[in-house]
Amino acid sequence: MIRQPKDINEQTPWQEMTIGGEIAGPATSVATMTGEWRSNRPVYIPENCKQCLLCAPFCPDSSIPVTEGKRGDFDYDHCKGCGICYKICPFSAIQFVKEGEPS
Amino acid sequence: MSIKDRMSGNEAVAYAMKQIEPDVFAAFPITPSTEIPQYFAQYAADGKVSTEFVTVESEHSSMSACMGAAAAGCRAVTATSSAGLAFMYEMLYVVASARLPVTLACVNRALTGPININNDHSDSMGARDSGWIQIYAENNQEAYDNYLQAMRISEHPDVRLPIMICQDGFITSHAVENILLEADEKVKTFIGRYEPENYLLNSQTPLAVGPYDTCPYYMEHKVQQAQAMKNAKQVILDVAADFEKAFGRHYGLIETYRMEDAQAAVVLIGSTAGTARACIDEMRVEGKKVGMIKIRSFRPFPAEEIAEALKQTQAVAVMDKSEGFSGCGGPVFAETAGALIGLPKIPMMIDVVFGLGGRDCRVEDIRRVYAHLFEMIENKERGPVYLHMGQRSNEKEVL
Repeated sequence: MIRQPKDINEQTPWQEMTIGGEIAGPATSVATMTGEWRSNRPVYIPENCKQCLLCAPFCPDSSIPVTEGKRGDFDYDHCKGCGICYKICPFSAIQFVKEGEPS
Repeated sequence: MSIKDRMSGNEAVAYAMKQIEPDVFAAFPITPSTEIPQYFAQYAADGKVSTEFVTVESEHSSMSACMGAAAAGCRAVTATSSAGLAFMYEMLYVVASARLPVTLACVNRALTGPININNDHSDSMGARDSGWIQIYAENNQEAYDNYLQAMRISEHPDVRLPIMICQDGFITSHAVENILLEADEKVKTFIGRYEPENYLLNSQTPLAVGPYDTCPYYMEHKVQQAQAMKNAKQVILDVAADFEKAFGRHYGLIETYRMEDAQAAVVLIGSTAGTARACIDEMRVEGKKVGMIKIRSFRPFPAEEIAEALKQTQAVAVMDKSEGFSGCGGPVFAETAGALIGLPKIPMMIDVVFGLGGRDCRVEDIRRVYAHLFEMIENKERGPVYLHMGQRSNEKEVL
C-alpha cells in the first residue's frame, strides 16, 4: 500500500517516502498552499461584477471558484497573483494591489 | 533444449524482444542499432507481436514515450546508439528518478564528434551517472542472454531502475555468430508478467508520477535511487542464477579468466574480451601468468568483486574504450582504481585508452599491453599511468 501524502512531510526519513516521489490520491494540489508565492493580489469587487465569468477560465491556477453559474471570492491559498483576471475583466470588478497593502 | 541458430547481435536482441513481447516499443533509427527496430517492425507488421510499435520523431521522444508507457504500467523498450542516446539524455535521468523500469538496447557507437559510426563506449559511458543499470555483452549470445535477464532485474521491487543492455556496435551488432536461442514459452515463463504495485492506469488508486521535488525532498529521493542501485547487485546475481537454472549459461557481475595465479591482468568491457582471451591462451602456453577481468555490470559497479579478483595481481592495465577527458584516465580506470583503495597491497595500475571510433584492437595489441605490464613488474616501476594505444605518432609511444 502506497504511503499517503498526509503521512509524508519534511521530517520523513528517506526509507518512508514513496519511491520516486510518487504521489498517491487525486487532486493533491488542493492541499499544497502555493498562494504564499504572491507579491500582488487581485481583489474582487462584487458590486461591479456582471457575472460574465470571463475571469474564471483565464485563471491559470483555477483560483476563481464558480458555483451555480456565479463566481465567488478568490481562492488565496492557490492564487499566485499573476494579474490575468484583472487584465481581462471588462467591468473593473477586479482590482490589483500590492500584497500587504489595503485594497 | 536450446535452439541452435545463427544471427547478428541486433537480430538476437530483436528476437528476444519478440519473445518477450513488451507492451510498447518506441523507436527512432540510428546506426548501428537501426536493425533492432527494423526487425521488430517486421514482427509487428506480420502480427507476430501485439506490441504497440510507436515510430517517433526523435530519441528524446522515444524515451519520453517509454516513460509515459512505463508510468502507465506497461513494459516499455527502445533501442539506440551514440548521438541518439545523447539526445535522450534529459529523459534518461527523468525515467531513472521516476523509478520506471524501461529497457534500452544500447548498441555502442562513438559519440559525435568528429562524426563516426564505429564502436567505442563513449555513448553509454556518458550516461553512466544517469541512474541506469548498465550490462555489457561480449558477443551475440551474451547480448541475447542479457536482454532476457534485463526486465527481471529492472522490475524487481528492490530495484525499480531502468536498464541498458549494451553491445559493441558492428562487432557484435552486425557480425553473424552461432547462437543458442530459447523456446518462446520458456522465455515467457522466465520473464513472467509485469505487475507494478502502482501505475497511472490503475483507476482504483490515482497517482502522480515524476512531480517537482523541492529541496526538503530531493536528497531523500536520490538516496533511495542510490540504495536501489546497491540492491541491484544482488538482484543481478539472483536473476543470473535463475537464468542458469533455466537455460544453463552462467553469468555474474564480472567474469574472470585465468585470474587464479595471474601476475599481469587486464580489466575491460565488451567484445575486446574475446581478443584478450585468445591472447591469454597463447601466452599461457608460453608460461606467462596473464589473466583478465571482464566487467559485465558497470552500473552497479562491482567494486568488491574486482578488488577480490585483483588482490594478488602485481600489475593491471585497465582498458578504456572511451576517452573521459579527465586528463588522467578514462572512466573504467577511475572506477577500478577506486575499487582497489581498500586493498592492503594495491597492484601497479595503468590506463590504456584504445579502440576509439572503431580503431581495431588485435591479439598482438593485447600482447603488447601484457608485455608492458611484465616490464613494469620487472623494473618495479609503474611509469606513465595514462596511455593511449593504436594511434599513429611521430614519437615512440609506450604502447
